Parts: sequence; structure tokens; C-alpha cells
Amino acid sequence: MADQVKISKRDRIAVWWRSTFIQGSWNYERMQNGGWAYSLIPVLKKLYKTKEDRAAALKRHLEFFNCHPYLASPILGVTMALEEERANGAPVDDVAIQGVKVGMMGPLAGIGDPVFWFTVKPIIGAIAASLAMGGSIVGPILYFVAWNAIRMAFMWYSQELGYKAGSKITEDMSGGLLQDVTKGASILGMFILGSLINRWVVVKFTPVVSSIKQQKGSYIDWGNLPNNMNGVKEALIQQADGRALSMVKVTTLQDNLDQLIPGLAGLLLTFLCMYLLRKKVSPIWQILGLFAIGVFFHWIGLM
Amino acid sequence: MELNVIQIILVVLVSFLAGMEGILDEFHFHQPVIACTLIGLVTGQLMPCLILGGTLQMVALGWANIGAAVAPDVALASVASAIILVLGGQGTKGVSSAYAIAIPLAVAGLLLTILVRTISTGIVHIMDAAAKEGNFRKIEMWQYIAICLQGLRIAIPAAMILALGAGPVKAMLTAIPQVVQDGLSIGGGMVVAVGYAMVINMMASREVWPFFAIGFVLATIKSLTLIGLGAIGLALALIYLTLSKSGGSGKGDGGNTGNTNTGDPVGDIIDNY
Repeated sequence: MADQVKISKRDRIAVWWRSTFIQGSWNYERMQNGGWAYSLIPVLKKLYKTKEDRAAALKRHLEFFNCHPYLASPILGVTMALEEERANGAPVDDVAIQGVKVGMMGPLAGIGDPVFWFTVKPIIGAIAASLAMGGSIVGPILYFVAWNAIRMAFMWYSQELGYKAGSKITEDMSGGLLQDVTKGASILGMFILGSLINRWVVVKFTPVVSSIKQQKGSYIDWGNLPNNMNGVKEALIQQADGRALSMVKVTTLQDNLDQLIPGLAGLLLTFLCMYLLRKKVSPIWQILGLFAIGVFFHWIGLM
Repeated sequence: MELNVIQIILVVLVSFLAGMEGILDEFHFHQPVIACTLIGLVTGQLMPCLILGGTLQMVALGWANIGAAVAPDVALASVASAIILVLGGQGTKGVSSAYAIAIPLAVAGLLLTILVRTISTGIVHIMDAAAKEGNFRKIEMWQYIAICLQGLRIAIPAAMILALGAGPVKAMLTAIPQVVQDGLSIGGGMVVAVGYAMVINMMASREVWPFFAIGFVLATIKSLTLIGLGAIGLALALIYLTLSKSGGSGKGDGGNTGNTNTGDPVGDIIDNY
């Protein structure tokens, strides 16, 4: 063990940057394998010098791999540690390395999807989108900065964690912290989803349920107002007293539904979509179908 | 509206970037709120594109490629609809019809993604050959080529729309009858539900449904902003985690309750329906 090869911080930064491109050659056969091998190249270059060793290492890392792109970072960290031990003569065989990769990618992808795709992205996205719809340039800037700061920090620190923990990380997975993070994220995620569905799924029915002629005195009698500005003033005062603007009170189907709870129709629609998804109806057909329904219902005057 | 040469080059460049990110999913240049804004920025039509981006972002909030569920492609949807909005020259008024066009485009983009991902299968076989020689450089090169293909996936359609010019695009937009345009924007209000449904199907469990209900009811209070709601949600999550720990130790094994069924009551109802 005279000449130990060590992975420097510089190498780890190179891997961290390259892992940004891990999905670049995503393919139906082995998914992220090309990007995975590409990410590890700085380390493999340092650890292995002969052509045979390099060829074996590359072959090993071109095997099937697929994970959440950000959660691949801790796995990269662990793999680096294992490769380092192997290059220095430890008995780490191909099966061990492949086993760690496959063993970690499933559970970690299971954490990445709820945390990043279903919690962080919808929350940042919704805030940015509502700002942008109001015409504020802060929206896109906020999204870009916040998203990338969270992502880059997460990828670096989790890769470092993986590297330091080495092969021990698989034990950490069953520990309490990660479970807490996953559960906390799904609580926050479900809470926000509930709010978003109420605010942003817009289902409005236009048919008029009733139009009732109101009693005299409960609406503003436009014919009998004083002339000029005094009339305007009188009308505003009467409105502040709670008088209606016209003598016929119109109630639409939507008003009735809103008395139960606003957003109920949107909620039911969401449940319907969940049902269809579980029945394996493709989301794309659902989207196209909803557009068709929108046009049809508008045409017959229901919406 | 006509664009000059520099603007055209910049638009194609933004499209290329969005196409790359469509697969990488890292910097998020392909997200509508960013992609549309960038197109608006380089063409000098910032405001309408910004509003379009925000509107599309709302629809795409829950879209993610997980497992077998393939989400529509936001990169082509946002880039192409923003270009059409700019070429149409209607400003903010054109947003709703550009938005309606975006959805079919998202489906078209999906087909292109499938095509490129199939081509990439060939690319990793070239990488295999390079691996046998221990050739690092060649693997790196093919990784870059694969990423560039994903960029071209969006850049080429964008360039085609630009080449077609404002005339045909505008004619296409005005050919859509009013009732269809309004109907499409009504449909757009409902389409959002599909994305949310995908997300809920992934996350739902018996334990977290109550939080969904609280979120839904609190959102009816219009003066609560999203940031406010986020703070409430975060606080609830922290309280719940703390309480479930202190309560769980008293009962002996708090973690073993409620595992007798799938743990998703509304899901069960939907399944059994």
C-alpha cells in the first residue's frame, strides 16, 4: 500500500458538475447509464491507469441505472468511495458495486419524486406563476434562483454525505431522518395540493337556476334617484346599505354550488381524474378530453 | 410582428436550451415561466410572454416523468406557443389562444422525445464499444451529442415556425371560431386537475389525506396568499412529526398501526367504485 490513490475535492466537484448532465443520453434500454458513466469519468481516470482497468470500469458503469436525477448524487458519492477502495486493493467486486447502485436507486427515487417533483416544484412553481400572471418579472427570477440554489446545494451535500459514509450509507437509509423528511414532504405536499386544487382548478357552470323579482326597497331604484352627482352619491350609499344593483336577483348553478364550499366541482373533477388514471387512462387523452368537454359545454351553454 | 436576424438567432438558442433541459431537468430552462419569459425577453415582448408563461406553469405544476406515466412535453409547448404569441402580434390579448395551442404542442413534443430517446439507445451502444477500448473521450463526446439531439428536438420546430412567418401563423389563429377559443380556455381551467391527480395518486396515504382537506378548506379564504398557505402547511408538518414521535413511544409500537390495508381511504373508494 505504498501508493494510495485518493479522490480529491476537485475530482468530487467535477463529478458533481457532470452529474447535472446525467439524463443527457436517457434511453429506453438502460436509461441513465451513459450519463452515469460520463459523471464518474474524472474519478475513474484518476483511479485506473491501464487500458484494461479502464475498460472494465467503464463497462461496469454502463450497466442499467435509473434514479431521480438529483438523488443519483448520494449514490455517486458511495460509488466513488467503493471504487477508491477497490483501486487501492480492497476486495470490492463488480457485484458489490452493482448491488449498491441498484439497492439505492429504488428507495432514493422514491424520496426524490415526492420531495422535488411534488412538493418543492409545485410550491415554487405556483408562487412564481401567480406572480408572472400578474405581470411581475420577479416570478421567473424567483423560480430560477430558488430552484437551482436548492438543487445544487442538495446535490453537492448529498454526494459528499454518500462519499463519506461509503458503503455504510445503505444502513443510514433505514434511519429516522430520511423517513421524517419524506413524511414531512408528503404532508406539506398534500396540504398545498388541497389549496392549489381549490384555487386553480376552475369549473364554472353558467345556467341560471332562478331569477326572482325582489321587493321594493331591497334594490336601487335607478329611476327615482336625484339628478347629477347627487344621484351617484345616493346610489353608492344605497349599495353600501346592502341593496342589490338590479330588481331581479339571478342565482346561477355555480352560486348554489359555492354555498356548499367554493371549489367543490374542481375537487370532484380531480377525483375523477385520479380514478381514470388508476384505470390506466392516459393523462394525454384526459387532457384532450377535457378540452373537448370545455368546448362542447360552452357551446350548449352549460359552462 | 417581424423579427430581425439577431432576435431569430436568440430565439433558436433559447429553444435549444429548453430542449436540452427538457431531458436533463436540472436548471429548468424548459419550465414555461422561464422559457416563455426568455423568448419574450429576446423578442422585446416581455409582458405577454411572461403572462403566458405563468398561465402555462399553472397547468404544468404536477407534470413529471415518473415510472410509466409520461407527462406532456412542456419544452415544446412553452417555446412554440411563446413564438406564436410573438409572431401573432396581438400582445396580451393573444395569450389565451396561444395557451390553447400549447397543449396539442405538448403532445407533439412528447412524440419527439420518444424519438430521441430511441436514438439514444443506439448512442449507448457506441459508448459500449468505446468502453471496450477504455476510451473516456469518446464516451464524453457521445454524451454531448445525445444532449445536443435533445436541444435540436425543440430548436428545429422553433426554427420552422419562425420560417413560416407571422402571416400563416396569424391566419391559423384567427381561423379558430370564438366559441371554440372560449371553450378551450374553459377546458384549460379544468385540465390542471389531471396534473394534480397524477401527483395525488403518487403521494396519497391514509395518514396525509386530512392535510389535503385542511389545505382545501383554508384555500377558500381568499386573503390567504400561497406563501401564507405554505407557512401553515410547513408548520402542520413539523407539528405532526414532533407529536407522532412523542405519542408513538408511549404506545409501544406507534409505527405499526393502519398497515392492514393500502392506507389510502379515498383511493380505496376510487378503486372499488
